[in-house]
Amino acid sequence: MAELSAKKTRWNEWVLEKLFFFCAFVSVITTAAVIFILLEETLTFFETVPVLEFLTGTRWTPLLEPKHYGILPLVAGTMLIVIGAAIVALPIGVASAIFLSEYASHRARSIIKPILEILAGIPTVVYGYFALTFITPGLRVILPDTQIFNAASAAIVVGIMVLPMVASLCDDALRAVPASLRHGGYSLGATSFEVTTRIVVPAGLSGIFAAFVLAVSRAIGETMAVTLAAGATPNLTANPLESIQTMTAYIVQVSLGDTPSGSLTYQTLFAVASVLFVSTLMLNILGTWVMRKFREVYE
Amino acid sequence: MNDTNPRTQAFTRAQLRRRRAQSKAFEYFCSGVTGLAVVVLALLLYDIFMDGYRWVDAQFLNSFPSRFPEKAGIKSALVGTLWLVGFTAIIAIPTGVLAAIYLEEYAPKNRLTHFIEVNIANLAGVPSIVFGILGLAIFVRFFGLGRSVIAGALTMSLLILPVIIIAAKEAIRSVPSSLRQAAFALGATRWQVVRAHVLPSAMPGILTGVILALSRAIGETAPLIMIGALTFVAFLPSGPMDEFTALPIQIFNWTARPQETFHELAAGGIIVLLAVLLLMNALAVFIRYRGSKQ
Repeated sequence: MAELSAKKTRWNEWVLEKLFFFCAFVSVITTAAVIFILLEETLTFFETVPVLEFLTGTRWTPLLEPKHYGILPLVAGTMLIVIGAAIVALPIGVASAIFLSEYASHRARSIIKPILEILAGIPTVVYGYFALTFITPGLRVILPDTQIFNAASAAIVVGIMVLPMVASLCDDALRAVPASLRHGGYSLGATSFEVTTRIVVPAGLSGIFAAFVLAVSRAIGETMAVTLAAGATPNLTANPLESIQTMTAYIVQVSLGDTPSGSLTYQTLFAVASVLFVSTLMLNILGTWVMRKFREVYE
Repeated sequence: MNDTNPRTQAFTRAQLRRRRAQSKAFEYFCSGVTGLAVVVLALLLYDIFMDGYRWVDAQFLNSFPSRFPEKAGIKSALVGTLWLVGFTAIIAIPTGVLAAIYLEEYAPKNRLTHFIEVNIANLAGVPSIVFGILGLAIFVRFFGLGRSVIAGALTMSLLILPVIIIAAKEAIRSVPSSLRQAAFALGATRWQVVRAHVLPSAMPGILTGVILALSRAIGETAPLIMIGALTFVAFLPSGPMDEFTALPIQIFNWTARPQETFHELAAGGIIVLLAVLLLMNALAVFIRYRGSKQ
Protein backbone atom coordinates (compact mmCIF):
# COMPACT_ATOMS: atom_id res chain seq x y z
CA MET A 1 0.00 0.00 0.00
CA ALA A 2 2.78 2.39 0.99
CA GLU A 3 4.70 1.29 -2.09
CA LEU A 4 1.71 2.09 -4.29
CA SER A 5 1.27 5.60 -2.92
CA ALA A 6 4.99 6.27 -3.27
CA LYS A 7 4.74 5.22 -6.88
CA LYS A 8 1.76 7.48 -7.38
CA THR A 9 3.58 10.38 -5.77
CA ARG A 10 6.57 9.85 -8.04
CA TRP A 11 4.26 9.73 -11.06
CA ASN A 12 2.59 12.99 -9.94
CA GLU A 13 5.97 14.62 -9.49
CA TRP A 14 7.00 13.55 -12.98
CA VAL A 15 3.81 14.93 -14.57
CA LEU A 16 4.13 18.23 -12.72
CA GLU A 17 7.74 18.66 -13.73
CA LYS A 18 6.84 18.10 -17.39
CA LEU A 19 3.94 20.55 -17.08
CA PHE A 20 6.20 23.22 -15.55
CA PHE A 21 8.79 22.62 -18.22
CA PHE A 22 6.15 23.14 -20.88
CA CYS A 23 5.16 26.50 -19.34
CA ALA A 24 8.78 27.64 -19.49
CA PHE A 25 9.08 26.31 -23.02
CA VAL A 26 6.15 28.47 -24.17
CA SER A 27 8.61 31.36 -24.39
CA VAL A 28 10.79 29.41 -26.80
CA ILE A 29 7.75 28.52 -28.89
CA THR A 30 6.81 32.21 -28.95
CA THR A 31 10.22 33.23 -30.25
CA ALA A 32 10.18 30.45 -32.84
CA ALA A 33 6.70 31.51 -33.97
CA VAL A 34 7.75 35.17 -34.28
CA ILE A 35 10.78 34.26 -36.36
CA PHE A 36 8.88 31.74 -38.51
CA ILE A 37 5.99 34.09 -39.29
CA LEU A 38 8.18 37.11 -40.02
CA LEU A 39 10.47 35.03 -42.21
CA GLU A 40 7.71 33.31 -44.16
CA GLU A 41 5.80 36.46 -45.13
CA THR A 42 8.96 38.49 -45.69
CA LEU A 43 10.37 35.88 -48.07
CA THR A 44 7.10 35.87 -50.01
CA PHE A 45 7.33 39.67 -50.13
CA PHE A 46 10.85 39.43 -51.56
CA GLU A 47 9.51 37.33 -54.46
CA THR A 48 7.73 40.45 -55.71
CA VAL A 49 10.05 43.18 -54.45
CA PRO A 50 13.80 42.53 -54.70
CA VAL A 51 15.68 42.65 -51.38
CA LEU A 52 18.02 45.33 -52.67
CA GLU A 53 15.18 47.60 -53.74
CA PHE A 54 13.55 47.15 -50.32
CA LEU A 55 16.71 47.93 -48.35
CA THR A 56 18.10 50.75 -50.48
CA GLY A 57 15.05 52.35 -52.09
CA THR A 58 14.45 55.95 -51.10
CA ARG A 59 10.70 56.04 -51.67
CA TRP A 60 8.07 54.27 -49.60
CA THR A 61 4.59 54.53 -51.14
CA PRO A 62 2.97 51.09 -50.81
CA LEU A 63 -0.51 52.58 -50.42
CA LEU A 64 -0.37 55.02 -53.36
CA GLU A 65 0.29 54.71 -57.11
CA PRO A 66 2.99 54.49 -58.33
CA LYS A 67 3.99 52.02 -55.61
CA HIS A 68 7.54 52.06 -54.28
CA TYR A 69 8.92 49.76 -51.64
CA GLY A 70 12.12 51.37 -50.39
CA ILE A 71 12.27 51.26 -46.59
CA LEU A 72 14.87 54.04 -46.14
CA PRO A 73 12.31 56.83 -45.49
CA LEU A 74 10.83 54.78 -42.64
CA VAL A 75 14.30 54.01 -41.29
CA ALA A 76 15.24 57.69 -41.51
CA GLY A 77 12.05 58.64 -39.67
CA THR A 78 12.82 56.11 -36.96
CA MET A 79 16.42 57.34 -36.67
CA LEU A 80 15.22 60.94 -36.29
CA ILE A 81 13.06 59.87 -33.33
CA VAL A 82 15.87 57.78 -31.83
CA ILE A 83 18.45 60.57 -32.07
CA GLY A 84 16.05 63.17 -30.68
CA ALA A 85 15.03 60.88 -27.84
CA ALA A 86 18.68 60.13 -27.05
CA ILE A 87 19.49 63.85 -26.91
CA VAL A 88 16.70 64.29 -24.36
CA ALA A 89 17.07 61.12 -22.32
CA LEU A 90 20.82 60.54 -22.13
CA PRO A 91 22.13 63.71 -20.45
CA ILE A 92 19.10 64.00 -18.18
CA GLY A 93 19.17 60.28 -17.39
CA VAL A 94 22.87 60.21 -16.55
CA ALA A 95 22.68 63.43 -14.50
CA SER A 96 19.69 62.09 -12.55
CA ALA A 97 21.51 58.82 -11.95
CA ILE A 98 24.53 60.75 -10.64
CA PHE A 99 22.26 62.74 -8.37
CA LEU A 100 20.50 59.60 -7.14
CA SER A 101 23.64 57.57 -6.47
CA GLU A 102 26.11 60.26 -5.36
CA TYR A 103 24.20 63.17 -3.85
CA ALA A 104 20.63 62.29 -2.94
CA SER A 105 19.77 61.77 0.69
CA HIS A 106 17.89 58.63 1.58
CA ARG A 107 14.70 60.69 1.71
CA ALA A 108 15.19 62.32 -1.68
CA ARG A 109 15.81 58.88 -3.18
CA SER A 110 12.65 57.49 -1.66
CA ILE A 111 10.68 60.31 -3.30
CA ILE A 112 12.34 60.35 -6.71
CA LYS A 113 12.54 56.60 -7.33
CA PRO A 114 8.73 56.13 -7.17
CA ILE A 115 8.23 59.17 -9.41
CA LEU A 116 10.48 57.57 -12.02
CA GLU A 117 8.50 54.34 -11.62
CA ILE A 118 5.25 56.24 -12.21
CA LEU A 119 6.73 57.87 -15.32
CA ALA A 120 7.78 54.44 -16.55
CA GLY A 121 4.32 52.99 -15.93
CA ILE A 122 2.32 55.59 -17.86
CA PRO A 123 0.89 54.00 -21.03
CA THR A 124 2.48 55.17 -24.26
CA VAL A 125 -0.82 56.36 -25.71
CA VAL A 126 -0.94 58.92 -22.89
CA TYR A 127 2.48 60.22 -23.92
CA GLY A 128 1.11 60.48 -27.46
CA TYR A 129 -1.73 62.64 -26.20
CA PHE A 130 0.73 64.78 -24.24
CA ALA A 131 2.94 65.27 -27.32
CA LEU A 132 0.05 66.23 -29.56
CA THR A 133 -1.80 68.56 -27.20
CA PHE A 134 1.03 70.04 -25.16
CA ILE A 135 4.49 69.70 -26.70
CA THR A 136 3.52 70.36 -30.33
CA PRO A 137 1.61 73.60 -29.57
CA GLY A 138 4.55 74.67 -27.40
CA LEU A 139 7.03 73.99 -30.21
CA ARG A 140 4.85 75.91 -32.64
CA VAL A 141 4.99 78.97 -30.41
CA ILE A 142 8.80 78.87 -30.34
CA LEU A 143 9.33 77.71 -33.94
CA PRO A 144 6.34 78.75 -36.07
CA ASP A 145 7.56 76.63 -39.02
CA THR A 146 6.81 73.45 -37.14
CA GLN A 147 4.22 71.25 -38.80
CA ILE A 148 1.27 69.94 -36.76
CA PHE A 149 2.71 66.45 -36.99
CA ASN A 150 6.47 66.56 -36.53
CA ALA A 151 9.37 64.39 -35.50
CA ALA A 152 10.65 66.75 -32.80
CA SER A 153 7.56 66.56 -30.61
CA ALA A 154 7.46 62.77 -30.84
CA ALA A 155 11.20 62.54 -30.17
CA ILE A 156 10.94 64.69 -27.04
CA VAL A 157 8.11 62.60 -25.68
CA VAL A 158 9.89 59.32 -26.47
CA GLY A 159 12.90 60.78 -24.66
CA ILE A 160 10.74 61.42 -21.59
CA MET A 161 9.39 57.90 -21.92
CA VAL A 162 12.79 56.15 -21.91
CA LEU A 163 14.26 58.51 -19.31
CA PRO A 164 13.22 56.42 -16.27
CA MET A 165 14.86 53.35 -17.79
CA VAL A 166 18.11 55.20 -18.53
CA ALA A 167 18.15 56.78 -15.06
CA SER A 168 17.49 53.55 -13.21
CA LEU A 169 19.98 51.43 -15.21
CA CYS A 170 22.69 54.11 -14.84
CA ASP A 171 21.86 54.41 -11.14
CA ASP A 172 22.40 50.65 -10.77
CA ALA A 173 25.71 50.91 -12.64
CA LEU A 174 27.01 53.78 -10.48
CA ARG A 175 25.88 52.21 -7.23
CA ALA A 176 27.75 49.04 -8.14
CA VAL A 177 31.02 51.03 -7.95
CA PRO A 178 32.44 50.20 -4.50
CA ALA A 179 32.60 52.98 -1.91
CA SER A 180 36.31 52.28 -1.34
CA LEU A 181 37.12 53.77 -4.76
CA ARG A 182 35.29 56.96 -3.80
CA HIS A 183 37.00 57.06 -0.41
CA GLY A 184 40.34 56.68 -2.14
CA GLY A 185 39.58 59.71 -4.29
CA TYR A 186 38.37 61.83 -1.39
CA SER A 187 41.37 60.93 0.75
CA LEU A 188 43.61 62.31 -2.01
CA GLY A 189 41.76 65.59 -1.68
CA ALA A 190 39.49 65.34 -4.70
CA THR A 191 36.18 67.17 -4.74
CA SER A 192 32.92 65.31 -5.25
CA PHE A 193 32.85 66.54 -8.85
CA GLU A 194 36.29 65.05 -9.48
CA VAL A 195 35.44 61.80 -7.75
CA THR A 196 32.25 61.47 -9.77
CA THR A 197 33.57 62.38 -13.19
CA ARG A 198 37.01 60.77 -12.96
CA ILE A 199 36.40 57.70 -10.81
CA VAL A 200 32.74 56.72 -10.48
CA VAL A 201 31.47 57.43 -13.99
CA PRO A 202 34.44 55.80 -15.76
CA ALA A 203 34.06 52.75 -13.51
CA GLY A 204 30.36 52.49 -14.35
CA LEU A 205 30.78 53.28 -18.03
CA SER A 206 29.85 49.85 -19.31
CA GLY A 207 26.54 50.00 -17.47
CA ILE A 208 25.89 53.49 -18.80
CA PHE A 209 26.64 52.34 -22.33
CA ALA A 210 24.33 49.35 -21.92
CA ALA A 211 21.57 51.65 -20.67
CA PHE A 212 22.10 53.78 -23.75
CA VAL A 213 21.84 50.81 -26.12
CA LEU A 214 18.71 49.44 -24.43
CA ALA A 215 17.10 52.89 -24.50
CA VAL A 216 17.76 53.18 -28.24
CA SER A 217 16.15 49.79 -28.73
CA ARG A 218 13.09 50.91 -26.75
CA ALA A 219 12.85 54.10 -28.82
CA ILE A 220 12.99 52.15 -32.09
CA GLY A 221 10.09 49.96 -31.00
CA GLU A 222 7.98 52.79 -29.56
CA THR A 223 4.69 52.93 -31.39
CA MET A 224 1.73 54.92 -30.08
CA ALA A 225 3.40 58.24 -29.31
CA VAL A 226 5.11 58.41 -32.72
CA THR A 227 1.93 57.35 -34.51
CA LEU A 228 -0.03 60.14 -32.85
CA ALA A 229 2.56 62.90 -32.90
CA ALA A 230 5.01 62.31 -35.76
CA GLY A 231 2.53 61.83 -38.60
CA ALA A 232 2.12 59.40 -41.46
CA THR A 233 4.32 60.84 -44.20
CA PRO A 234 7.24 58.60 -45.18
CA ASN A 235 9.78 61.35 -45.64
CA LEU A 236 13.52 61.05 -46.19
CA THR A 237 14.46 64.15 -44.24
CA ALA A 238 16.73 65.26 -41.42
CA ASN A 239 14.47 68.15 -40.46
CA PRO A 240 12.79 67.30 -37.15
CA LEU A 241 10.10 69.93 -37.67
CA GLU A 242 8.59 68.03 -40.59
CA SER A 243 6.05 65.26 -40.56
CA ILE A 244 7.62 61.82 -40.91
CA GLN A 245 6.65 58.19 -40.48
CA THR A 246 8.45 55.56 -38.45
CA MET A 247 8.46 51.82 -39.10
CA THR A 248 6.11 51.23 -36.19
CA ALA A 249 3.73 54.01 -37.27
CA TYR A 250 3.52 52.48 -40.75
CA ILE A 251 2.51 49.13 -39.28
CA VAL A 252 -0.24 50.82 -37.27
CA GLN A 253 -1.44 52.82 -40.27
CA VAL A 254 -1.84 49.69 -42.39
CA SER A 255 -3.53 47.65 -39.68
CA LEU A 256 -6.07 50.41 -39.01
CA GLY A 257 -7.35 49.83 -42.54
CA ASP A 258 -8.71 46.50 -43.68
CA THR A 259 -5.90 44.65 -45.40
CA PRO A 260 -6.74 41.28 -46.96
CA SER A 261 -4.21 38.65 -45.91
CA GLY A 262 -1.99 37.51 -48.76
CA SER A 263 -1.92 40.92 -50.44
CA LEU A 264 1.39 42.67 -51.02
CA THR A 265 0.38 45.40 -48.55
CA TYR A 266 -0.22 42.72 -45.92
CA GLN A 267 3.27 41.35 -46.61
CA THR A 268 4.87 44.78 -46.19
CA LEU A 269 3.73 44.65 -42.55
CA PHE A 270 5.89 41.62 -41.98
CA ALA A 271 8.84 42.92 -43.98
CA VAL A 272 8.91 46.14 -41.95
CA ALA A 273 8.34 44.22 -38.71
CA SER A 274 11.32 41.97 -39.59
CA VAL A 275 13.61 44.99 -39.84
CA LEU A 276 12.18 46.23 -36.54
CA PHE A 277 12.59 42.85 -34.85
CA VAL A 278 16.14 42.25 -36.07
CA SER A 279 17.39 45.73 -35.14
CA THR A 280 15.87 45.75 -31.63
CA LEU A 281 17.02 42.18 -30.99
CA MET A 282 20.59 42.97 -32.01
CA LEU A 283 20.65 46.06 -29.81
CA ASN A 284 19.21 44.14 -26.84
CA ILE A 285 21.79 41.39 -27.23
CA LEU A 286 24.57 43.99 -27.52
CA GLY A 287 23.27 45.81 -24.44
CA THR A 288 23.09 42.76 -22.19
CA TRP A 289 26.40 41.49 -23.54
CA VAL A 290 28.19 44.74 -22.72
CA MET A 291 26.59 44.77 -19.28
CA ARG A 292 27.88 41.24 -18.52
CA LYS A 293 31.19 41.33 -20.32
CA PHE A 294 32.56 44.66 -19.19
CA ARG A 295 31.15 44.74 -15.71
CA GLU A 296 34.07 45.55 -13.46
CA VAL A 297 34.39 42.94 -10.79
CA TYR A 298 35.67 44.27 -7.49
CA GLU A 299 36.79 42.20 -4.59
CA MET B 1 53.40 81.58 -1.47
CA ASN B 2 55.18 81.49 -4.79
CA ASP B 3 54.40 77.92 -5.54
CA THR B 4 55.03 77.17 -9.19
CA ASN B 5 55.22 73.41 -8.91
CA PRO B 6 52.28 72.16 -11.00
CA ARG B 7 51.77 69.21 -8.73
CA THR B 8 51.06 71.34 -5.70
CA GLN B 9 49.42 74.19 -7.60
CA ALA B 10 46.10 72.41 -7.32
CA PHE B 11 46.16 73.18 -3.62
CA THR B 12 46.56 76.96 -3.68
CA ARG B 13 43.65 78.77 -2.10
CA ALA B 14 42.28 80.17 -5.36
CA GLN B 15 42.45 76.79 -7.02
CA LEU B 16 40.77 75.13 -4.12
CA ARG B 17 37.98 77.67 -4.09
CA ARG B 18 37.46 77.18 -7.82
CA ARG B 19 37.34 73.44 -7.54
CA ARG B 20 34.91 73.59 -4.66
CA ALA B 21 32.66 76.00 -6.58
CA GLN B 22 32.79 73.72 -9.59
CA SER B 23 31.85 70.76 -7.44
CA LYS B 24 28.94 72.62 -5.83
CA ALA B 25 27.72 73.80 -9.24
CA PHE B 26 27.82 70.22 -10.51
CA GLU B 27 25.79 69.03 -7.56
CA TYR B 28 23.16 71.73 -8.13
CA PHE B 29 23.11 70.90 -11.83
CA CYS B 30 22.46 67.21 -11.21
CA SER B 31 19.76 67.83 -8.64
CA GLY B 32 18.16 70.48 -10.86
CA VAL B 33 18.04 68.10 -13.80
CA THR B 34 16.49 65.43 -11.61
CA GLY B 35 13.94 67.97 -10.46
CA LEU B 36 13.10 68.44 -14.12
CA ALA B 37 11.76 64.88 -14.28
CA VAL B 38 9.46 65.66 -11.38
CA VAL B 39 8.30 68.86 -13.10
CA VAL B 40 7.58 66.96 -16.33
CA LEU B 41 5.45 64.42 -14.50
CA ALA B 42 3.55 67.21 -12.76
CA LEU B 43 3.04 69.07 -16.05
CA LEU B 44 1.78 65.95 -17.78
CA LEU B 45 -0.72 65.15 -15.06
CA TYR B 46 -1.82 68.79 -14.79
CA ASP B 47 -2.28 69.14 -18.56
CA ILE B 48 -4.41 66.01 -18.77
CA PHE B 49 -6.42 66.78 -15.68
CA MET B 50 -7.26 70.33 -16.79
CA ASP B 51 -8.27 69.09 -20.26
CA GLY B 52 -10.46 66.27 -19.15
CA TYR B 53 -11.81 66.53 -15.63
CA ARG B 54 -15.07 68.21 -16.72
CA TRP B 55 -16.01 65.16 -18.76
CA VAL B 56 -15.49 62.50 -16.13
CA ASP B 57 -18.89 61.81 -14.60
CA ALA B 58 -21.41 58.99 -14.32
CA GLN B 59 -22.75 59.69 -17.78
CA PHE B 60 -19.22 59.40 -19.26
CA LEU B 61 -18.64 56.04 -17.58
CA ASN B 62 -22.06 54.80 -18.57
CA SER B 63 -22.37 55.76 -22.25
CA PHE B 64 -21.25 54.14 -25.46
CA PRO B 65 -19.00 56.05 -27.86
CA SER B 66 -20.86 58.51 -30.04
CA ARG B 67 -20.35 60.98 -32.86
CA PHE B 68 -21.68 63.61 -30.49
CA PRO B 69 -19.12 64.40 -27.80
CA GLU B 70 -21.79 65.31 -25.25
CA LYS B 71 -23.26 61.82 -25.47
CA ALA B 72 -19.99 59.91 -25.77
CA GLY B 73 -18.66 57.68 -23.05
CA ILE B 74 -16.29 54.85 -22.28
CA LYS B 75 -18.68 52.10 -21.16
CA SER B 76 -17.78 49.61 -23.90
CA ALA B 77 -14.07 50.47 -23.59
CA LEU B 78 -13.99 50.02 -19.83
CA VAL B 79 -15.93 46.75 -19.95
CA GLY B 80 -13.76 45.55 -22.85
CA THR B 81 -10.61 46.27 -20.85
CA LEU B 82 -12.01 44.29 -17.91
CA TRP B 83 -12.76 41.30 -20.15
CA LEU B 84 -9.33 41.53 -21.74
CA VAL B 85 -7.42 41.78 -18.47
CA GLY B 86 -9.52 39.03 -16.89
CA PHE B 87 -8.71 36.53 -19.60
CA THR B 88 -5.10 37.68 -19.80
CA ALA B 89 -4.77 37.04 -16.06
CA ILE B 90 -6.32 33.57 -16.36
CA ILE B 91 -3.88 32.63 -19.14
CA ALA B 92 -0.69 34.46 -18.19
CA ILE B 93 -0.51 34.14 -14.39
CA PRO B 94 -0.48 30.32 -14.13
CA THR B 95 1.79 29.92 -17.15
CA GLY B 96 4.23 32.58 -15.95
CA VAL B 97 4.40 31.45 -12.35
CA LEU B 98 4.76 27.76 -13.26
CA ALA B 99 7.50 28.64 -15.75
CA ALA B 100 9.32 30.56 -13.01
CA ILE B 101 8.92 27.61 -10.64
CA TYR B 102 10.41 25.31 -13.25
CA LEU B 103 13.38 27.58 -13.94
CA GLU B 104 14.18 28.20 -10.27
CA GLU B 105 13.27 24.91 -8.59
CA TYR B 106 13.38 22.15 -11.19
CA ALA B 107 15.57 23.06 -14.14
CA PRO B 108 18.93 21.33 -14.37
CA LYS B 109 21.87 23.64 -15.05
CA ASN B 110 22.33 22.79 -18.70
CA ARG B 111 22.39 24.48 -22.09
CA LEU B 112 18.63 24.14 -22.65
CA THR B 113 17.86 25.94 -19.38
CA HIS B 114 20.35 28.65 -20.21
CA PHE B 115 18.82 28.99 -23.66
CA ILE B 116 15.32 29.36 -22.20
CA GLU B 117 16.52 32.03 -19.75
CA VAL B 118 18.29 34.06 -22.43
CA ASN B 119 15.26 33.67 -24.65
CA ILE B 120 12.92 35.06 -21.98
CA ALA B 121 15.22 38.05 -21.42
CA ASN B 122 15.23 38.76 -25.14
CA LEU B 123 11.47 38.39 -25.46
CA ALA B 124 11.07 41.04 -22.77
CA GLY B 125 12.79 43.49 -25.11
CA VAL B 126 10.79 42.74 -28.25
CA PRO B 127 8.62 45.74 -29.23
CA SER B 128 4.98 45.23 -28.32
CA ILE B 129 3.88 45.82 -31.90
CA VAL B 130 5.78 42.69 -32.99
CA PHE B 131 3.68 40.71 -30.53
CA GLY B 132 0.69 42.34 -32.21
CA ILE B 133 1.83 41.03 -35.58
CA LEU B 134 2.29 37.57 -34.06
CA GLY B 135 -1.23 37.72 -32.63
CA LEU B 136 -2.64 38.86 -35.96
CA ALA B 137 -0.97 36.05 -37.90
CA ILE B 138 -1.51 33.24 -35.40
CA PHE B 139 -4.56 33.87 -33.23
CA VAL B 140 -6.67 36.07 -35.51
CA ARG B 141 -5.92 34.47 -38.88
CA PHE B 142 -4.40 30.99 -38.36
CA PHE B 143 -6.58 29.82 -35.46
CA GLY B 144 -9.50 31.84 -36.84
CA LEU B 145 -10.32 33.50 -33.53
CA GLY B 146 -11.08 36.77 -35.30
CA ARG B 147 -10.99 40.12 -33.54
CA SER B 148 -12.20 38.52 -30.33
CA VAL B 149 -11.51 39.10 -26.65
CA ILE B 150 -9.71 35.75 -26.49
CA ALA B 151 -7.40 36.61 -29.41
CA GLY B 152 -6.53 39.86 -27.63
CA ALA B 153 -6.00 38.12 -24.31
CA LEU B 154 -3.73 35.45 -25.83
CA THR B 155 -1.63 38.13 -27.56
CA MET B 156 -1.42 40.17 -24.36
CA SER B 157 -0.47 37.05 -22.40
CA LEU B 158 2.52 36.36 -24.64
CA LEU B 159 3.52 40.00 -24.22
CA ILE B 160 3.48 40.03 -20.42
CA LEU B 161 4.71 36.47 -19.84
CA PRO B 162 8.39 37.47 -19.75
CA VAL B 163 7.58 40.22 -17.24
CA ILE B 164 5.72 37.81 -14.95
CA ILE B 165 8.38 35.10 -15.26
CA ILE B 166 11.24 37.48 -14.45
CA ALA B 167 9.41 38.96 -11.43
CA ALA B 168 8.30 35.57 -10.12
CA LYS B 169 11.80 34.11 -10.54
CA GLU B 170 13.24 36.93 -8.49
CA ALA B 171 10.64 36.40 -5.76
CA ILE B 172 11.28 32.64 -5.68
CA ARG B 173 15.05 33.12 -5.63
CA SER B 174 14.82 35.31 -2.53
CA VAL B 175 13.31 32.46 -0.51
CA PRO B 176 16.15 31.20 1.72
CA SER B 177 17.40 27.75 0.75
CA SER B 178 17.44 26.62 4.39
CA LEU B 179 13.64 26.50 4.16
CA ARG B 180 13.83 24.08 1.27
CA GLN B 181 16.52 21.94 2.85
CA ALA B 182 14.54 21.60 6.07
CA ALA B 183 11.50 20.36 4.16
CA PHE B 184 13.57 18.00 2.00
CA ALA B 185 15.21 16.60 5.11
CA LEU B 186 11.76 15.65 6.40
CA GLY B 187 11.17 13.65 3.23
CA ALA B 188 8.98 16.08 1.32
CA THR B 189 8.92 15.77 -2.46
CA ARG B 190 9.96 18.69 -4.63
CA TRP B 191 6.39 19.71 -5.37
CA GLN B 192 5.46 19.51 -1.68
CA VAL B 193 8.40 21.78 -0.86
CA VAL B 194 7.39 24.24 -3.54
CA ARG B 195 3.71 24.26 -2.69
CA ALA B 196 3.95 24.34 1.07
CA HIS B 197 7.06 26.47 1.60
CA VAL B 198 8.52 28.23 -1.41
CA LEU B 199 5.30 29.57 -2.93
CA PRO B 200 3.83 30.96 0.31
CA SER B 201 7.08 32.80 1.12
CA ALA B 202 7.46 34.11 -2.42
CA MET B 203 3.80 35.08 -2.75
CA PRO B 204 4.05 38.83 -1.97
CA GLY B 205 6.83 39.25 -4.53
CA ILE B 206 4.99 37.20 -7.13
CA LEU B 207 1.75 39.12 -6.61
CA THR B 208 3.53 42.45 -6.94
CA GLY B 209 5.10 41.38 -10.21
CA VAL B 210 1.81 40.00 -11.51
CA ILE B 211 -0.09 43.20 -10.73
CA LEU B 212 2.55 45.35 -12.43
CA ALA B 213 2.48 43.05 -15.48
CA LEU B 214 -1.30 43.25 -15.67
CA SER B 215 -1.20 47.03 -15.41
CA ARG B 216 1.14 46.97 -18.39
CA ALA B 217 -1.46 44.91 -20.27
CA ILE B 218 -4.13 47.48 -19.42
CA GLY B 219 -2.10 50.31 -20.94
CA GLU B 220 -0.83 48.56 -24.07
CA THR B 221 -2.39 49.87 -27.26
CA ALA B 222 -0.31 48.84 -30.27
CA PRO B 223 -0.85 45.05 -30.12
CA LEU B 224 -4.61 45.56 -29.81
CA ILE B 225 -4.67 47.79 -32.86
CA MET B 226 -2.71 45.12 -34.72
CA ILE B 227 -5.14 42.34 -33.93
CA GLY B 228 -7.94 44.67 -34.96
CA ALA B 229 -9.67 45.60 -31.73
CA LEU B 230 -12.41 47.86 -32.99
CA THR B 231 -12.33 51.59 -32.50
CA PHE B 232 -16.09 52.08 -32.52
CA VAL B 233 -18.04 49.59 -30.42
CA ALA B 234 -21.52 50.36 -29.20
CA PHE B 235 -22.14 47.04 -27.46
CA LEU B 236 -20.67 45.06 -24.60
CA PRO B 237 -18.92 41.74 -25.20
CA SER B 238 -20.86 38.85 -23.69
CA GLY B 239 -18.31 36.10 -24.20
CA PRO B 240 -14.65 35.46 -25.09
CA MET B 241 -15.42 35.14 -28.80
CA ASP B 242 -17.05 38.58 -29.06
CA GLU B 243 -15.46 41.61 -30.64
CA PHE B 244 -14.38 44.31 -28.26
CA THR B 245 -12.66 47.61 -27.75
CA ALA B 246 -10.44 48.72 -24.88
CA LEU B 247 -9.73 51.91 -22.99
CA PRO B 248 -6.37 52.76 -24.66
CA ILE B 249 -7.91 52.12 -28.10
CA GLN B 250 -10.75 54.52 -27.34
CA ILE B 251 -8.24 57.12 -26.11
CA PHE B 252 -6.16 56.67 -29.26
CA ASN B 253 -9.24 57.03 -31.43
CA TRP B 254 -10.33 60.27 -29.76
CA THR B 255 -6.80 61.72 -29.70
CA ALA B 256 -6.33 61.04 -33.42
CA ARG B 257 -9.37 63.17 -34.30
CA PRO B 258 -8.75 66.79 -35.18
CA GLN B 259 -11.58 68.28 -33.10
CA GLU B 260 -10.63 69.83 -29.79
CA THR B 261 -13.70 68.42 -28.00
CA PHE B 262 -12.67 64.86 -28.76
CA HIS B 263 -9.22 65.62 -27.33
CA GLU B 264 -10.96 66.59 -24.11
CA LEU B 265 -12.86 63.30 -24.18
CA ALA B 266 -9.52 61.53 -24.67
CA ALA B 267 -8.17 63.36 -21.62
CA GLY B 268 -11.23 62.19 -19.68
CA GLY B 269 -10.51 58.62 -20.77
CA ILE B 270 -6.86 59.00 -19.73
CA ILE B 271 -7.91 60.18 -16.27
CA VAL B 272 -9.97 57.01 -15.83
CA LEU B 273 -7.13 54.85 -17.22
CA LEU B 274 -4.53 56.46 -14.93
CA ALA B 275 -6.88 56.10 -11.96
CA VAL B 276 -7.19 52.37 -12.64
CA LEU B 277 -3.40 52.01 -13.00
CA LEU B 278 -2.77 54.05 -9.85
CA LEU B 279 -5.12 51.82 -7.90
CA MET B 280 -3.32 48.70 -9.10
CA ASN B 281 0.07 50.21 -8.27
CA ALA B 282 -1.14 51.17 -4.81
CA LEU B 283 -2.27 47.58 -4.34
CA ALA B 284 1.16 46.33 -5.42
CA VAL B 285 2.92 48.71 -3.02
CA PHE B 286 0.57 47.63 -0.22
CA ILE B 287 1.29 43.94 -0.84
CA ARG B 288 5.03 44.59 -0.97
CA TYR B 289 4.80 46.52 2.30
CA ARG B 290 2.79 43.76 4.01
CA GLY B 291 5.26 41.19 2.70
CA SER B 292 8.30 43.08 3.93
CA LYS B 293 6.80 43.41 7.43
CA GLN B 294 6.41 39.68 7.91
